[in-house]
Amino acid sequence: MTALSIKDLNVWFGHDHDRVDAVKGAAFDVRQGESFGLVGESGSGKSTILKAITGLAPTWSGEIRVEGQALQGATRDRAFYKTVQMVFQDPYASLHPRHTVDQVLSETLYLHGFGDIDAHVMRLLDDVGLGGKFRFRYPHQLSGGQRQRVAVARALAGEPDILFLDEPTSALDVSVQAEILNLLTDLRQEHSLTYLMVSHDLPVIGHMCDRLAVMKDGEIVEIMQTEDLRQGTAKHAYSQALLAASAAA
Amino acid sequence: MSDATAPGQSWRDWLLTDAPTSRRHARLANLYQGWLKLRANSMAMFGLGILVFLLLVALLAPVLAPHDPFQQDLANRLLPIGAENHLLGTDSLGRDILSRLIYGSRITLYIVALVALIAPVAGLLVGTVAGYAGGWTDTVLMRITDIFLAFPRLVLALAFVAALGAGIENAVLAISLTAWPPYARIARAETLTIRSADYISAIRLQGAGPLRIITKHIWPLCISSLIVRVTLDMAGIILAAAGLGFLGLGAQPPSPEWGAMISEGRRFILDHWWVATVPGLAIFTVSLAFNLLGDGLRDVLDPKDSGQ
Repeated sequence: MTALSIKDLNVWFGHDHDRVDAVKGAAFDVRQGESFGLVGESGSGKSTILKAITGLAPTWSGEIRVEGQALQGATRDRAFYKTVQMVFQDPYASLHPRHTVDQVLSETLYLHGFGDIDAHVMRLLDDVGLGGKFRFRYPHQLSGGQRQRVAVARALAGEPDILFLDEPTSALDVSVQAEILNLLTDLRQEHSLTYLMVSHDLPVIGHMCDRLAVMKDGEIVEIMQTEDLRQGTAKHAYSQALLAASAAA
Repeated sequence: MSDATAPGQSWRDWLLTDAPTSRRHARLANLYQGWLKLRANSMAMFGLGILVFLLLVALLAPVLAPHDPFQQDLANRLLPIGAENHLLGTDSLGRDILSRLIYGSRITLYIVALVALIAPVAGLLVGTVAGYAGGWTDTVLMRITDIFLAFPRLVLALAFVAALGAGIENAVLAISLTAWPPYARIARAETLTIRSADYISAIRLQGAGPLRIITKHIWPLCISSLIVRVTLDMAGIILAAAGLGFLGLGAQPPSPEWGAMISEGRRFILDHWWVATVPGLAIFTVSLAFNLLGDGLRDVLDPKDSGQ
């Protein structure tokens, strides 16, 4: 079954001469339970695809289907928020500076209509490996990795089926990156989640994803298996260049 | 979820902990850390000290005042500073200036409190709604704000008081009416930067509506800069109230409002300078205190450098 299906997606910003086409004719399918990667350099439109699906980028055309349901415009209903959640790139920017971890998670649980919020908060914190002692801290009392764990807990609070990961480790130290990636891998198994992951980091995608799409200048140039990535058998010239650059680094 | 402190653990340690154990604990610890930061700023503490003193004076006015502020004594009019029984002298009707000053602090605080309740709240509402909604709402609300900003403050207040009649309440209304637009502008500017932040996108993705986002997520971040601005504006508000009083459009005689006292003393300023100078000094001191406190609060409350 298809968790996410995108056909002929165009996303643009601005009007008339100021119009910038961020995504042009993108199309891919993500199967239920799959982990799908979007790779490309900065400005290639990979994060914009996530924004269009979540309704944060209102100007788009084409077809987006989430679990068979077609999406319209920028408004999303409650069912969508229960199905799709997102972990943002920068954990320093994605947590409200004046809200404690407890407030962040409690409010999210409240919005999703859960009862017994105290028990749920504790379980979420345990799930992401933080534990109760972090519950009443403010973001400035947490390290980058801890913040990202809180962000993951928030995304999981509504028990979604599909999780969007927008470069979830690029703002973190290398040593912490691996922890977060392992956490995400474990959580995917435990909760049988579908991942759509955006990254410019090929090894990260290679570690996390089953299939990936390579993007350049707003277009998807190639969709391939991660296995092909490891073998170095990319077909498109740009994918090969990207692979070579990554291997050299 | 227990607030109990372990035996031997002092309140200070409990408040400075990095791992609070309950919601209340987290809030108190946060407040205490802010207070420590404010306390380190000696000028701000000086300002706060003056304001606390003013508050006490206003509360205890009947006890502190040596004379009835309305008691006239034409035999002892225009006594100089240091005169027997009248520490700060008497005015043109022989009323004790010190007593009038003490009772006048009540009026000053009343004006300050009312304006501080009306103007920033109105500005916050208009500014955050305009900033978050954008589009037509933004255009309409901000053009209205521009219109109010274009009026000279005292002139608009004058027109308003002239229309409604002189008196403290109308003076407060008039000042509030002219004081809210800058708050709306600040709140809107803050909202514009906040609304594109990831944490707002994140809560939108949880299905939060605009009302929840504005009141629970945007207001807490705007309020700190508004508080700073209000304390810095308090001096101007006191001066505007005094100005209206001076022009005879604020507090009416025989009310011991400080501006009105200056206005009365103006006629004798060359021969009996203290009659106008003493309330002037009081206005100056309180304005200065608010400015110092505002400056200190800015260091504590600015969301841009707290949180890191």
